Amino acid sequence: MTAGHPQRRVTPMQSARGSATVPVRRPMHAAPDVRQHRGSAPNAAPRRASTPAQRRRRRLRSKYLPYMLVLPAAFLEIAIHVVPMLVGVWMSLLELTQFHIQDWSTAPFVGFGNYSATLDVNSETGKALLHSFGITVLYTTLSVAISWLFGLSAAVFLQRPFRGRALLRTLFLTPYALPVYAAVITWGFLFQRDTGLVNHVLVDQLGLVDGERPFWLIGENSFWALLVVSVWRTWPFALLCITAGLQNVPTEMYEAAAIDGAGFWRRITSVTLPSLRPINQVLLLVLFLWTFNDFNTPYVLFGGSAPPEADLISIHIYNSSFSTWDFGTGSAMSVALLLFLLLVTAVYLLITNRRRIHA
Amino acid sequence: MAAALLTGSLAACGNPVADAKTLTYWASNQGSSLEFDKQTLAPVLERFEQQTGIHVKVEVVPWSDLLNRLLAAATSGRGPDVVNIGNTWSASLQATNALISFDAAAFDRIGGRDRFVPAALASAGAPGKAPAAVPLYSLSYALYYNKQMFADAGISKPPATWEELVEVGKRLTNGKQWGLAIEGANLSENAHHAFTFSQQYGGEWFDLSGKPTFDTDQNVKAIKRYIDLMAVDKIVNPSNAEYAKNESLSDFANRKAAMLLWQAAGSAFQAQGMRPEEYGIAHVPFPANPPAGGRKVNSMVAGINIAVFRHSRNLEGAMEFVKFMTSDDEQVALNKVYGSLPSVKGALTNPAFQAPEQKILAEVLASTASPLPQVTTESQFETLVGAVMKEQFANAANNKPITEAAIRAKLKAVEQRMKA
Repeated sequence: MTAGHPQRRVTPMQSARGSATVPVRRPMHAAPDVRQHRGSAPNAAPRRASTPAQRRRRRLRSKYLPYMLVLPAAFLEIAIHVVPMLVGVWMSLLELTQFHIQDWSTAPFVGFGNYSATLDVNSETGKALLHSFGITVLYTTLSVAISWLFGLSAAVFLQRPFRGRALLRTLFLTPYALPVYAAVITWGFLFQRDTGLVNHVLVDQLGLVDGERPFWLIGENSFWALLVVSVWRTWPFALLCITAGLQNVPTEMYEAAAIDGAGFWRRITSVTLPSLRPINQVLLLVLFLWTFNDFNTPYVLFGGSAPPEADLISIHIYNSSFSTWDFGTGSAMSVALLLFLLLVTAVYLLITNRRRIHA
Repeated sequence: MAAALLTGSLAACGNPVADAKTLTYWASNQGSSLEFDKQTLAPVLERFEQQTGIHVKVEVVPWSDLLNRLLAAATSGRGPDVVNIGNTWSASLQATNALISFDAAAFDRIGGRDRFVPAALASAGAPGKAPAAVPLYSLSYALYYNKQMFADAGISKPPATWEELVEVGKRLTNGKQWGLAIEGANLSENAHHAFTFSQQYGGEWFDLSGKPTFDTDQNVKAIKRYIDLMAVDKIVNPSNAEYAKNESLSDFANRKAAMLLWQAAGSAFQAQGMRPEEYGIAHVPFPANPPAGGRKVNSMVAGINIAVFRHSRNLEGAMEFVKFMTSDDEQVALNKVYGSLPSVKGALTNPAFQAPEQKILAEVLASTASPLPQVTTESQFETLVGAVMKEQFANAANNKPITEAAIRAKLKAVEQRMKA
């Protein structure tokens, strides 16, 4: 394109605009930008004669420039993520109690002592941790599955334009926009036994419960109360992601499927879900990690001391660390949790990526 | 966790460096709000500045943050000069070595050890060691009762024994109201009662060397006695099993319950619209027939201590400030507003503390109150035993049987989770 006018300097913007106006006929499956790169690269170099020193300097600059650009991000990454993580690992190897908190160098090095004490399932500490872990796995599985299902249903429902769609979308997204603390405190009020709205509706208005009013914040029901709040908080994010994903599904595919005689369910399973595959892969992973680590919801809902039936691992670690002044043990639990989540993530990515390659 | 701790300590680094003319003071939340406390402290700090020329920068820290902030300050060696601490944290914070020890010389500096109420001073650090703090505000438990409800039920005097309390509690319980209100899901509150009941049953939560002794017969019976008020005697509304945010106090103030065990609740009742003449106040009951070895203890020594950080760059000024805050005049002024009791003998005789409520609290503090175990694992005890009791209340509220065997098993399990 620029070869015919060597004198004119062409900015990338112009060249891009130029290429857009030229009517190019090419098959849809061809990647449009590959040829362009190949075409413009040889033209750029001999535009101006330069001394070897300049050239060397430029080569040097171009060699290091990417690293210079990455440097601030790398520095921040190390300062914000890697260093605290390593400090946590270091803490987990120490007997770090209130006796040594002022000067960590005095804390006795216990190696894997904290780990063997917390992860020994025959000890009470280990049993409690294992129980909490089991609760958390169940909680996370249910919460992610239900949130994803809600998000998908709502996104499909809102896919076609209709009156009031924007309003409904906004409404559905409000839980995601509300501050966590305010929302969960409100849920805490709703779940109160005597004065809560939940019991008022279930017992007084609908008469669904015979006999005594149920408890929601203590006892077995506390798990379900926590799950309800978690799903309420999480599913709008699933909706948001899936809605964004659906925008990229070409309507032609639905039309083609309709012409082929595919019904609603067939269109969902054969067009929508396969198209959402990359979105879902990330979405499920993110939801899993968030829910598994969720601290705010149980902390605010139960006031820092979750009932055993809803003793999530984040609260459990907090109680084993901050409220008992035993930071070494708390860190050991945190590091073990980190390793577990890393393992799950790695296995998940391995399986989903392999399946995609085979597909 | 590590990240939280680190950011906490980084945040603490932002504090300005103190010099001889300024002090940073973290006050605990004593009144109805942080703003209320700020306004209460403002004239006091102004008087201090007039006397000494030292400007005090005060920050009222909510209870939910105070311990974490103190730990961050202890870790980083930066932060405030003078702080308020819950007195049950004294031994734990003493172990960090971040606070000044009040040895003989330090006590001389602030006007002498003998000025302080002995019971209050006993909860300022491990026994046999120089205290890590000095008492600032003192509190004790008392039995509050609704006079009108007692009169309606034909009860002439408050119960003096648990047996009497159960008996009148049953007479006071009807469709509209309950005999007693309990904060069943509040771990600290539960642990305080565990301590008192255990003392009355001749038990101890820690032996002399500081080792936990949770699953003893006395402790099991003590906890069962408390839970049975709901489970067996049925004088407590089962809903109280989920109370953790002072709902029991509201229930009493709103005439849903006739009795309440609490520390200096008068100002809180007033805030909820209950006038002082509406309620009576009495000592927390004892068992009618004290078990062998039972002690005459019916309250913990509750309260707030004031401490000085070793890393302070204005130690002279900090000690001067502690002396000022524990002076008779300021003790009267501050405790009067907060409804608590002075920690120095000189201020206790002031007419401001001769109201029925303060008189009872002072009597209890002087005679039958005992400090919670001053051991470094005290907060672990509160968390773990408090949670066991919360679970038992939840079982009682759901009509599950409460047995000694079950309580013993739970106590045994949490004792093993304590680090020696």
